[in-house]
Amino acid sequence: MDTYINKIRELSLKLLKKKEVVKVIGFTKGTLPMATSPIAISLEQDVEKLIFNSTCGLNLANYIRNHKGKIAVIAKGCDSRNIITHIVENQIPREQLHIIGVPCKGMIDKTKVASLFDDDIIEFSEDNDTLLLKSSSKEERLNKQDYLRENCKLCMHKNPVIYDDLVGDLVDEQTLDTPYPDVEQIENMDADTKWQHFDKLTKNCIRCYACRNACPICYCPTCFVDESGPQWVGKGQDKTDVNTFHFLRAFHCAGRCTDCGACVEACPMDINVRDFTRKLNKDSFELFEWEAGLDLTKRPPLDAYSPNDPNDFIK
Amino acid sequence: MGNLLEHMGIERDRVHFSWISSAEATKFVDVVKEISEKVRALGPNKKLVKDYN
Ligand code: SF4
Ligand code: SF4
Repeated sequence: MDTYINKIRELSLKLLKKKEVVKVIGFTKGTLPMATSPIAISLEQDVEKLIFNSTCGLNLANYIRNHKGKIAVIAKGCDSRNIITHIVENQIPREQLHIIGVPCKGMIDKTKVASLFDDDIIEFSEDNDTLLLKSSSKEERLNKQDYLRENCKLCMHKNPVIYDDLVGDLVDEQTLDTPYPDVEQIENMDADTKWQHFDKLTKNCIRCYACRNACPICYCPTCFVDESGPQWVGKGQDKTDVNTFHFLRAFHCAGRCTDCGACVEACPMDINVRDFTRKLNKDSFELFEWEAGLDLTKRPPLDAYSPNDPNDFIK
Repeated sequence: MGNLLEHMGIERDRVHFSWISSAEATKFVDVVKEISEKVRALGPNKKLVKDYN
């Protein structure tokens, strides 16, 4: 990771010095151990603030809209796919971006790590595949591979799809015979069990909308949940309203979601919001042979008509 | 959309999509009959219903 950090700083410094970009969007240390947050830097002396490690689970494509001048952005595999989606959806022209690609080795599931401790983690560091954690009462050395996020375990595009620079050698990609085991598990339930599953899933949702705000494709100027004329969905904690929010948000992401996991990363209630979006990713893959954010020349399937579109659901 | 509703546990037979021209009265009747039969067989829906009380 240190070689990545050094390279990120070196490239960022060069870009800012030569005035090729006005800003670099990357990750910086958060206020807690195991936390990082997005940062935009424009001063050369601030490049030291940039870091990269296995806790950079948010998606930086979410922060590339509405800038003046050319910007640089650090991009893991999934970020790069959302950058492509942004370009395809006319949110930013390719020329306005300098993409610093990071061949990704996966991000960790912080909740799973934290569950090993009764008290607060006060120190986190990593050395290749080993995670080192410390609380006031104990220390743990963990194998990173055992603590990857669910989406990272299933990720088949760890390398950036589009980039101007790379901070390290490309990593090996995995191919999976069953890329959607979690979706299949739900598909095999009967209707009532499915309903119970989703009811339980969203039971603790406080509708803070952190999942939506962290999502790079949820960039509507006014989200349907915030609209008041008409009011599409009730704003309280009614469980039908909560489920309607999740159902519709997921549908707005159909064919555009890259399963970057930013929604789950952001959720303060540890809700696996991906249970909604993953079904649509699977459908996009099976019905349209489509994975989001791989091709600058194609629009998402629900955004384009093709005579070959499956239409056997219409009678 | 039907697929995601079904995934959440809303029975497939409750959601119907159809394209009927204003000149296709008989098709309209047939489709409505078919929908009513399928939905009646499932009984009242209790999922994703807002309780205003
Ligand atoms: S989804 Fe893939 S590219 Fe994104 S953080 Fe996980 S392993 Fe990296
Ligand atoms: S981040 Fe979690 S709690 Fe907040 S609205 Fe999303 S699912 Fe609900």
